[in-house]
Amino acid sequence: MRQAFRTPLGRAAATLLGLVALGVLFAPLIWGAAAEAVDTDDILAKPSSAHLLGTDSLGRDLFARTLVATRLTVALALGATGVAVALGLVLGTAPVLLGRHVRRLAAAFVNIAVAFPGLLLALFFATIFGVGAKGAVFAIGLAGAPTMARLILTLVAGVEARDFVVAARIAGLGRVRVLLRHVLPNIAEPLIVQTTIGAGNVLLSFAGLSFLGLGVQPPGYDWGRLMNEGLNRIYINPLAALAPGIAVVVAGLAFNLTGETLAAALRVSTGLGAFPAHDPDSVAPSSSSATLDDATGPDAVLRVRDLTVAFGAAQPVKGVSFEVAAGEAVGIVGESGAGKSLTGLAIAQLVEPPGQVGGEVVFLGGELSLGAHRKLLGTSMALVFQDPMSAFNPARRMGEQLAELGRAHLTLGRRAAFARAVDRLEAVRIPDAARRAKQHPHQFSGGMRQRAMIGLGLMGTPALMIADEPTTALDVTVQRQVLDLIDEVRRDHGAALVLISHDVSVVAERCSRLLVMYAGRVVEELPAGRLGRAAHPYTRLLLAAVPNLETDLDRPLAVIPGRQPAPTETIVGCAFARWCPRAGERCRQERPELSAVGAAVGGRVACWRPGQDPLEPASVGADGADEAAAA
Amino acid sequence: MAEVVLVQGAAPARTPRVAGRWPRFILRRGARLVVSLWVLVTAAFLMIHLVPGDPVRAALGLTASPETVAATRAALGLDEPLLTQYWDHIRGLFTGDLGVSITTRLPVAATLGARLAATATLAVAAFAVAVVVAIPIGAAVAVATRRGRRRHLEAAFAGTSVVIAAIPDFLIGVLLVAVFSVALHWLPVAGMAGVSSLILPVAALAAGPAAVLARITRVEMLSVLEADFVRTARAKRLSAVRINLGHALPNAVTATLTLAGLLLGSMVAGTVLVENVFAWPGLGSQIVGAIAAKDYPLVQGVVLVYGLGVLLINTLVDCVLAVLDPRSTIAEA
Ligand code: SF4
Repeated sequence: MRQAFRTPLGRAAATLLGLVALGVLFAPLIWGAAAEAVDTDDILAKPSSAHLLGTDSLGRDLFARTLVATRLTVALALGATGVAVALGLVLGTAPVLLGRHVRRLAAAFVNIAVAFPGLLLALFFATIFGVGAKGAVFAIGLAGAPTMARLILTLVAGVEARDFVVAARIAGLGRVRVLLRHVLPNIAEPLIVQTTIGAGNVLLSFAGLSFLGLGVQPPGYDWGRLMNEGLNRIYINPLAALAPGIAVVVAGLAFNLTGETLAAALRVSTGLGAFPAHDPDSVAPSSSSATLDDATGPDAVLRVRDLTVAFGAAQPVKGVSFEVAAGEAVGIVGESGAGKSLTGLAIAQLVEPPGQVGGEVVFLGGELSLGAHRKLLGTSMALVFQDPMSAFNPARRMGEQLAELGRAHLTLGRRAAFARAVDRLEAVRIPDAARRAKQHPHQFSGGMRQRAMIGLGLMGTPALMIADEPTTALDVTVQRQVLDLIDEVRRDHGAALVLISHDVSVVAERCSRLLVMYAGRVVEELPAGRLGRAAHPYTRLLLAAVPNLETDLDRPLAVIPGRQPAPTETIVGCAFARWCPRAGERCRQERPELSAVGAAVGGRVACWRPGQDPLEPASVGADGADEAAAA
Repeated sequence: MAEVVLVQGAAPARTPRVAGRWPRFILRRGARLVVSLWVLVTAAFLMIHLVPGDPVRAALGLTASPETVAATRAALGLDEPLLTQYWDHIRGLFTGDLGVSITTRLPVAATLGARLAATATLAVAAFAVAVVVAIPIGAAVAVATRRGRRRHLEAAFAGTSVVIAAIPDFLIGVLLVAVFSVALHWLPVAGMAGVSSLILPVAALAAGPAAVLARITRVEMLSVLEADFVRTARAKRLSAVRINLGHALPNAVTATLTLAGLLLGSMVAGTVLVENVFAWPGLGSQIVGAIAAKDYPLVQGVVLVYGLGVLLINTLVDCVLAVLDPRSTIAEA
């Protein structure tokens, strides 16, 4: 709680509330006499050093009157708040005492009452109670009661369903006792918060009513009344109306901010933002201007070199390099947090600030990070994401969303683009495509949406498709269909594929080459047919964790030990050294680079001690798990 | 224990079939409107009877002769049995007869008719301005400040909008008068004469709601900008304008419009105060004079008109939202 008042919000609240409290307590003592001193020689004076805000029609000092009015204004506001809360409590807790039917009735009544704006209710009651301070207290209190009652009804309903209240009921505790002992104490905190905020709003409403001449009557005066009198003379002395107005805002804010601060204090445990802490300034500018490398094979669709992605101090992708030949299918595997999805997004140029992408991505012979490739990317690079449920705009028709690409990049007209969209939906085997194209995404099943996503990629002529966990969110029965469709697209259009997945068996089945990622780097690259020859200890553990794949089925399924180091960690040596059964001194000192040494034929491995020897069973099996648990 | 809780908490979960939702929604919403109207009409009727003491004596003052009081009471129908009065009151509503003003002796309906247009102009113009100003500003700030960019802009926006939203509309009105009429002499201080006289009252009425709406637009826009389908739109390599305006914004404005609809009701009520600042010849300046003069039939008429306006607006907003976003609104109803 004390902490909450140390935040900027809390400080502001405490300062304003302190000012208001000082005004309430001391202003009438100090300036009370000055506020009442009539000076007929100096009426309606403009602001001067003698009268900071000028004087009123009886020559009374407006500065003194504004300060003295603090007490009455706040007192009336608190009185009206009290009326509102008391009535709200009666309405809101009646269901606890009188049962469920009363709840319905009370809720229905309250719902109708809150539909009318508070000011209208206040005017209605002011008519009944008559013009004056006392009438206004009740009018504003009654007007605020429905909102309070609704809040209390909601809070009470929440508490009533909880175990201890139900238990108390069953134990035979009387309704009054349940209310006093169990319900009220548990709604007290939010109620206090809302009452504090409500008091600020009541103060503003009261000022409004007095400003209209329906609240405090002379010779009494509150801020609203002072504004009312000041408005008539706004041409002579604008401050006469503005100063009490400012006081109203300050006092209103004092209550509102205090309420917000209390609210924040009582909810501290909810945790903060979802984004990692970042400091965009500390990151060096991205995109080296390296010239295109001659080594790029003539048929390489994609060449990635030293790709990095950073969010401030965190670097989830630490330098990834690979090539994809035309029509080739390359898989990227790894556990979550390995950086594989970000690698895909970075290649597609979809990482947004504050994310910083470094390195070089050459797509169809041109370097992408240099920009100006929008059209090329839009028509030649197809993307499939993990969650087809959210990948389409819920507000627009499916066909339009495909057609949009045609209109943006293929210079097709509205009709032609839509026709192509229907054609593409047909191509990905959406039944009854012409009708389906006119439907909204929520009318498509998950599998159909994923196929539509592939269809979106086919609007152009894709040379490369990047599919990031394309089947993870789908039913098992649909997964195969979607993967088959991706294969087919690759065959029919000669498109290359980068398939990103945590599932080694899926990737091994669909791709000719695998990249294994760990902690933001590729640790091993190897042909899909040579998984048995994997040389990196991490790859071997990853494979051992998959059933049915070149593993000895008699052995217990392995558990990959440890967590991946966080992207913020500075890693010296091999990132896997902490968990690796083969780790030696050099592993902890020096980082191994990808090289063909010790790797399977046609592959590369980043390890100082590569090899196919079985890893120490002791550290792979139960012990490995223990180690992980211990860490 | 667990079983007991289950029994207690076993509310029948009814999920209406999709086809059945619309009639259901219309029925429920219509029923609520009718009941609310009945409450409004009855409350307005009861108002004069709830006034402590003799309302007619209070209205006419202590100097009025007993004969005048009796005559006025008869003219108001107050000497009839309560149920007869209630019946006349309701019948009068359907024939457009809202009674006769105590002070002016003129029919209330005619008096209000002349002023309704002035108030409606003010409220509708302010609503339009608030929405038209708030959505682009909120959306633009969201795009500019997303993912922690331009922290200073974000802070300035948050601060400004909080302060504006915290100032009541009539105070903004006074402030605007002090600046633009008194100090700069740009705009008329009061009254209704052409478009220039509309600017300040509309600004006063629209400023607070606009600040609130801009904030909600920003928040909504920020969350939509992180949605997967926006990434898909970027994957289509559409221009930033198309992504932000074509894909993100339409999905972000539902919440803004919902809130705008809710604020419209309170903006209608806000005209009361603002009209009094600017001596705007609408219902708001009328009701204040009528309350002070204890002209109960006139107050009753204004309350009815305002209440009716608010109820119709709320219903309309609910229906519009149901059409815009069938899933959430109808399921809720
Ligand atoms: S470099 Fe060393 S620690 Fe790293 S995987 Fe190879 S053997 Fe293990």
